[in-house]
Amino acid sequence: MNTATALKSEVAWQTLCSKADLVAHSGVAAWLDGTDTQVALLYLPGRTPEAYAVDNHDPFSNANVIARGIVGDIKGEPVIASPLYKQHFRLSDGVCVEDESVRLHTWEIKIDGDDVMIRA
Amino acid sequence: MSMPTSPNAPRLIIIGNGMVGHHLVEQLIACGAPRDYAITVFGEERHIAYDRVHLSEYFSGRDADSLALASADDYAAHGIDLRLHDTVTAIDRNANEVVTESGRHPYDRLVLATGSYPFVPPIPGNDREKCLVYRTLDDLDAIREAAEDATTGVVVGGGLLGLEAANALRGLNLDTAVVEFAPRLMPMQVDAEGGALLREKIEALGVQVLTDRATQRIEAGETSFHRMVFQDDKMLETDLIVFSAGIRPRDQLARDCALEIGERGGVVIDDRCLTSDPAILAVGEVALWNQSIFGLVAPGYQMAKVAAATLTEGNATFTGADMSTKLKLLGVDVGAIGDAHGDRTPGARTFRYLDELKQEYRKLVVSSDGKKLLGAMLVGDNATYDTLMQYYANGLALPDDPASLILPSSDGAPTLGPDALPDTATLCSCHNVTKGDVCATLDAGALDLASVKDETRASTGCGGCAALLKSVVDHELAARGVEVDQSICEHFAHTRQELYSLVRVEGIKTFSELLEKHGTTTGHGLGSSSAPKLGCDICKPAVASILAACFNEPITDAAHVPLQDTNDTFMANMQKNGTYSVVPRIPGGEITPEKLIVLGEVGKKYGLYTKITGGQRVDLFGAQLHQLPNIWGELIEAGFETGHAYGKATRTVKSCVGSTWCRYGVQDSVGMAIRLEERYKGLRSPHKLKFAVSGCTRECAEAQSKDVGVIATEHGWNLYVCGNGGMRPRHGELFATDLDDAQLIRTIDRFLMFYIRTADRLQRTSVWRENLEGGLDYLKDVVLDDSLGLADELEAQMQHVIDTYECEWANTLSNPEKLKRFRTFVNDSRPDPDIIATEERGQLRPA
Repeated sequence: MNTATALKSEVAWQTLCSKADLVAHSGVAAWLDGTDTQVALLYLPGRTPEAYAVDNHDPFSNANVIARGIVGDIKGEPVIASPLYKQHFRLSDGVCVEDESVRLHTWEIKIDGDDVMIRA
Repeated sequence: MSMPTSPNAPRLIIIGNGMVGHHLVEQLIACGAPRDYAITVFGEERHIAYDRVHLSEYFSGRDADSLALASADDYAAHGIDLRLHDTVTAIDRNANEVVTESGRHPYDRLVLATGSYPFVPPIPGNDREKCLVYRTLDDLDAIREAAEDATTGVVVGGGLLGLEAANALRGLNLDTAVVEFAPRLMPMQVDAEGGALLREKIEALGVQVLTDRATQRIEAGETSFHRMVFQDDKMLETDLIVFSAGIRPRDQLARDCALEIGERGGVVIDDRCLTSDPAILAVGEVALWNQSIFGLVAPGYQMAKVAAATLTEGNATFTGADMSTKLKLLGVDVGAIGDAHGDRTPGARTFRYLDELKQEYRKLVVSSDGKKLLGAMLVGDNATYDTLMQYYANGLALPDDPASLILPSSDGAPTLGPDALPDTATLCSCHNVTKGDVCATLDAGALDLASVKDETRASTGCGGCAALLKSVVDHELAARGVEVDQSICEHFAHTRQELYSLVRVEGIKTFSELLEKHGTTTGHGLGSSSAPKLGCDICKPAVASILAACFNEPITDAAHVPLQDTNDTFMANMQKNGTYSVVPRIPGGEITPEKLIVLGEVGKKYGLYTKITGGQRVDLFGAQLHQLPNIWGELIEAGFETGHAYGKATRTVKSCVGSTWCRYGVQDSVGMAIRLEERYKGLRSPHKLKFAVSGCTRECAEAQSKDVGVIATEHGWNLYVCGNGGMRPRHGELFATDLDDAQLIRTIDRFLMFYIRTADRLQRTSVWRENLEGGLDYLKDVVLDDSLGLADELEAQMQHVIDTYECEWANTLSNPEKLKRFRTFVNDSRPDPDIIATEERGQLRPA
């Protein structure tokens, strides 16, 4: 925990892509600069928060496909459904609804003007 | 599943693997008998037990496999030794052995389930070639072979089985006649008035009916193969004769080993199905109980159940069986309940209703005081059968005016609600399930019709009680306060059908508008009270499909794209490693060499794994998201269109080569397949739609396993609907015959739109059809006879979809904003490095 907190304090906001790259009520995938990590970016205009970033890697299929799932809500909680085997992941914390021992990594993101910023 | 049988277990032999013999095996399995006995079943025929009740369907599309009641694996799974095509020739009661063609087999207990054989009247010439009987699949094969160079056929016998056989001959396109010795058809079931009406209806189908005819001899004909000469020297020429003049018990084995036999045949059994030798039992049509042979399947099943109990120390007795029957013969309803002739009870009174215009006849036989129903007879309409049967079987008090039960329903015939039935009321006579049994299942936790059927097996025999069972289950569930929630998901308290109507009636064109107007309003936790609902992966694709079927706007438009499953979003099929496969449309499976070369070149250029699909197309696997537009650019350039392999939509119309090349073809099946595929391409529906067109009855396109199957005839096209391959195969049902091109297309238009309007989400036509109240008859009423007055609307809706068709890939390639979506990463142009391929048999596949 301490390490994670320490790391977090070191990470900084960086620009990932432009707002025009996002697709309303759906997802796109982006590279996290300088890493080998893929991020799924989900854009929900009109809600707070209006965007989420979760791991693009689907732990159940081991394919990089999360951004291509359907965004929805279960009991008011925004989720994304894996396009392969249809498990749901909460966008807020990445936890899998069907199996809470599995979770996707999540990042803080914000839309600043035309820029989509991620804290990583 | 099954426990092994002990090596010292007593040996049980069952002779006969017909419907009743098979039911006995099922009952024994249900009692756990395979643990206590080493069971061997001998069947004389090559086939495992099959559905003899629906035998005539063998000529209208069903084959031996689809008529089979079980598979050899089912028997093996319970350790039962099934020996087909091995005739038992003798029973040696001294040695306790049965003798078969293959050897001697010891038994401790033995069951005779040998059934019956068709009675062939002792007419000189009855042994001529092409004089046949109608009982087994082999008999039917012989009839089919004999019919090959025949144009006419005669059935001797106008009873239940005779009319079934006549139906079979019609199925072979023979000019058919029925010759009956008695003065009317079905003399056992109907009286003179009913018989006259039945005759009229059957003659209207083109079947000649000759009653009061005793055949004196059969000899060589002049214009046909046979000549039948009758008592008055009148004659009838025909190419083929089928005897169906009653059955006789197959009791020869029992006679030879000196078991007690009835005066007119049949192995005498007691209430526990034991013969005069307590080691030996008999069931079904070979068994004689209380001087009676029971020639129906339901009493045979009851005997099988009793015999299983007798063999397993259970406690059950056979107490006779009700011979009431509800039939559809040559499409004509006939029903007989109890004492239908009113000649078994002194003082019985009758009510009769005859409508010569509608051709319906109904008769009630009531007790002298008018309080109880003793019997009933129905010709032309069996709608009242279920209600009357309940009055009869349960001894319910009749209404003050019993005639109201058979008068036309506009007079407000009282219907017997499910709550009026006592718990002892038998709902399903095949499996002997009472209302009390159904209630017990519901009390034990069953919550729907399907689980009640699974538990009790009710309505899984002849299916005649399906409507009654459903009404009882619905009523009892309601009485228990069970409200079946039909909501599609938490976002809409509506079924798919209701959403379809809302979209259609209110002209709602987007998901967000539908959600706003008709979504659920109750808020759920987590500060979401102000946040708008989003929908989910259940309702979004379902609504997308409804919107596409109604308005056919491109699914890639901004309002629709977030609703789609990934396959529809990217118009390709996602595979397990996140790559996609691409399937261009190849209408009817016809493709030019030039186009084939293009497919090869595209596959080679992009390193795609290439495979031929079951729908006569080519599937190109392994494309990454960003490659799809380039691949499609090349395909569209070469004249291809999208194939919708990714959508719940029209997939393919498979075809055989048809009359243009094939020496057997009678119509241009490829031409029709292409026409249908061009017409329905792009149509979105509750689930995928597969079609096929065969150029002759050899059916090389396998049309009977498709949602829509078309088979060429000499005169046009036969249409089959609601077939399925896949996990739960289902034969398509013959829906309409000898249609011309325009009729065929109009019928398919209506059928498909009615399915799209009324099916549940992800419900194939086969399951939809099985759940459709009123079944095939209802579907025909709606589609062919326009009973709901919907036909014009359905056709117009289909025409709209056809008129607005556009290739989705062509649309996307012309729109830079839509193309932005096809990037593996929005901030980098490299491919996904985790997709790794390996080579196998000269092609790439996922590592």
